[in-house]
Amino acid sequence: MSNKDAYWNKTKNHMIVTLVLWAFFSLVIFMFGSELNTMSFLGYPLAYYMTAQGSLLAFVIILFWTANKQEKIDEEHGFSEREDD
Amino acid sequence: MFKGDFIQNLPKIYGTYTGGFIVFIILMALAEQAGVSAKNIGVMFVAFTVLIYALIGYLSRTIQVDAYYVAGRQVPTVFNGMATAADWMSGASFVALAGGVYFGGYTYMAFLVGWTGGYVLVATLMAPYLRKFGCYTVPDFIGTRYGGNAVRAASVFVLFIASFTYVTAQINATGTIASRALGIPFEAGVWVGLISILICSMLGGMRAVTWTQVAQYIVLIIAYLIPVFWISSNVGGGIFPHLMLGDEVARLGELEKQFGLVKNSAADMKAAGVPGGLKYISGSHSGVPEGGMAVWKYLSLAICMMVGTASLPHILMRYFTTPTVRAARKSVAWSLFFIFLLYSSAPMLATLSKLALMDPNLPTGIIGKSISEVQSIEWVQRWSEVKQVFIADFNGDGILQLNEWFMRGDVVVLATPEVAGLPFVISGLVFAGGMAAAMSTADGLVLAISNALSHDIYYKIINPKAETAKRLLVARTLLVIIGAAGAYIASFRLTSILGSVAWAFDFAMSGLFFPLVLGVWWKRATREGAIAGIIAGIVSGTVYLTWVFPKFSVPIWGGVNTPFLGIDHLRFGLIGAPICLVVMVVVSLMTKEPSPATQKLVDDTRIPTGKAILGKQH
Repeated sequence: MSNKDAYWNKTKNHMIVTLVLWAFFSLVIFMFGSELNTMSFLGYPLAYYMTAQGSLLAFVIILFWTANKQEKIDEEHGFSEREDD
Repeated sequence: MFKGDFIQNLPKIYGTYTGGFIVFIILMALAEQAGVSAKNIGVMFVAFTVLIYALIGYLSRTIQVDAYYVAGRQVPTVFNGMATAADWMSGASFVALAGGVYFGGYTYMAFLVGWTGGYVLVATLMAPYLRKFGCYTVPDFIGTRYGGNAVRAASVFVLFIASFTYVTAQINATGTIASRALGIPFEAGVWVGLISILICSMLGGMRAVTWTQVAQYIVLIIAYLIPVFWISSNVGGGIFPHLMLGDEVARLGELEKQFGLVKNSAADMKAAGVPGGLKYISGSHSGVPEGGMAVWKYLSLAICMMVGTASLPHILMRYFTTPTVRAARKSVAWSLFFIFLLYSSAPMLATLSKLALMDPNLPTGIIGKSISEVQSIEWVQRWSEVKQVFIADFNGDGILQLNEWFMRGDVVVLATPEVAGLPFVISGLVFAGGMAAAMSTADGLVLAISNALSHDIYYKIINPKAETAKRLLVARTLLVIIGAAGAYIASFRLTSILGSVAWAFDFAMSGLFFPLVLGVWWKRATREGAIAGIIAGIVSGTVYLTWVFPKFSVPIWGGVNTPFLGIDHLRFGLIGAPICLVVMVVVSLMTKEPSPATQKLVDDTRIPTGKAILGKQH
C-alpha cells in the first residue's frame, strides 16, 4: 500500500470517529431527552442543559481535537504544511 | 503608525478598534446622562458603526481577481473564525434566536444544536478539501471535479435558490433594525440597509467583506453579551448566568404549572384581533415533550439544520480564504468557538427575560397582574403602538393570564434591556449589534451569489476570454443587481424571518450536500450522476415544499396536506437530500467511471500538501 493510500485510510478512520462523536452529541442523547431530563447538571435538567449549552460546547472541543489529530496524521505521512506558513 | 504589513498588524488594528468602540459606548452613556434623547443615541450608534464598516470597505478596495474572490488567501485562522461567525450569525440569530427559545423552549433548541453541530460536518467532510482544491466558489469545485458546464450551471442554480431565500430575510432584518433605530419607514430602512451592505462589499469583494465581518463580529458579540450579563445581575440571576441559572429554570417550571400552559384556538385569536407574527407561551421551557413523534421532530430539525449548514455556499467559501489547508481546519474550530459565545447566551437571555415577565415576585413581572395596570407600563405602551405586543383578555376577568400575553419574538432581545431597567445606551448598542449581524450575513450572501454568477456563469461559461477588469466590472454590477432584487422582494415581507431562513438550509442540503461530499469521498461519482442528483434533489425538495406548505399547497394542490412522517415545511430537505443521494449513486454506477485524470484530481484534493488543483489566478 502506498503512503498516499495509508494516509487516506487513516484520514477516513479519523473522519468516522469524529462523526460518531458528532452523532452522539447531536442525535443519540436527544433520543433519550425525557429520561435525561430527570438527571441534573449544574442545577439544570440534563437534556435542557445539553441542548442549551452542553452539546454546543462538545462540538467546539471535538473540532479542536479533530484538527490537532489530523495534523498529527499529516505529519506522520509527510504531508504536513508546517513549513509553508 | 504600524510596522510590518497589514496582516501582521491585525491584532493591533482590531485591538485598537475594539478599544475605540468601548470608548464610544462610554461616550454615549455620558451623552445619555447629559440629556441626549434615546432616539438620537440609537441613531448615533447605527450611523457610527455603519460608517466604520464603510471605511473598511473602501480601504479594502482591490483590482485583483484573487483578492476580490478569496481575499488573496491570506486571512489568518482566528480572524477567519471571527469573520465566519459574523457571516453565519444573521439578523435572525441575533434578534430572533432568544425569542425562539423564549416561546419554543426545549423543542425550539433543536435549532441551536443544528446550527452548531453542522460545523463538525464542515470541518471533517468539506472545508480542508475545498481549500486544497483552490476554487473561487462552490460551483467552481463542482464544475471542475465533475467537469462540464451543465453540472456547473446546475450547482449555481441551487446556490442561487438557497442563498437568495436567505438574503431576502437578511435584508428584511437590516431594514427592520434600520427603520426602528433611525425612526424611518420600513421600506426606506430596507434601502438604507442595502446601500450599507453594498458599500461594504462592492469595491473590495471578499477582501472587503472579510475585514468588515471581523469588525462586525466584535460589535455584535459585545452588543449581545453586555446586556445578558447585566440583566442577569439585575434580576438576581448571578454574575455568570451560563453556569448559574439552574434555580431560575426550575422556577420557570413551577410558574408554568401555576399559570397553566393553555393553547388558544385560532378562532379565539382571530376574534380578539391578535396581530400576525405575535406569539404566546404554550410550551414548556425546559421540559422534554413526550412521545416518539416529539423526539423525531427534534432530531429531524437538527439533522436538516446540520446538513444544511455544511452545504451553504456563503459559509463554505469563507474557508477558501485561509493560507493553508491546516489553517482551514483550525479556522472551522475557531468559527464555532466564536459562534458558541453567542448561541450559548441566547437560552440564558430567554430564561432571564421570561422570568422577568412571569415571576409575580419580581417588580418587572406582568403575568397575573391586572390588565389595566400592565397597560399603563411605559414599555408595554410603546411596543403596543407598533403592534409588537398585544393583550387579549379571553376569559374577561381583567387579569393577565399567560396565554393572553402576545409578543413578537424580536422583542425579547430588543426590549428586555429596557424591561430589566438598563439605561437606553444598552438598547442603542443592541440596535448596532443587530445591524452588524444582519449586514454581515447579507454581505456574505450577496457576494456568494454574485461571485457564482460572475465567475461560474459569465467567465467560465459565457466569456472565458474576458480580461480581469471586465470580470471585476461584471462581478460588481451583478452584486448591485442581486442586492437590489433582494431588497425589492424583502419589502414585500413574504414570511417571518426564521421561516425562510430554515428554507435556505433545506434547499442547500437538497441540491449541494451529496454532490460536494461524494466529490471528495467517492471517486466513482460521475458527471452524469452529479447532474441527475442535483436536479432530482432540488426538484423533489421544492415540489414537496409546495405540497406541504399551506400557502403554496392551496393554490397548487387544491388543499392542505398532512406532512408525511412529520416532515413539514421546515424539514423538506429530508425529502430532497436522500433522493439526491440515491439518484446520484445509481446514475454514477450506471455510467462510465471517471477518467484517470479526474481520479488523480480527487487523489490530489485529499492531500494537504502540493499544488492546488486550480491555479492562484484562474
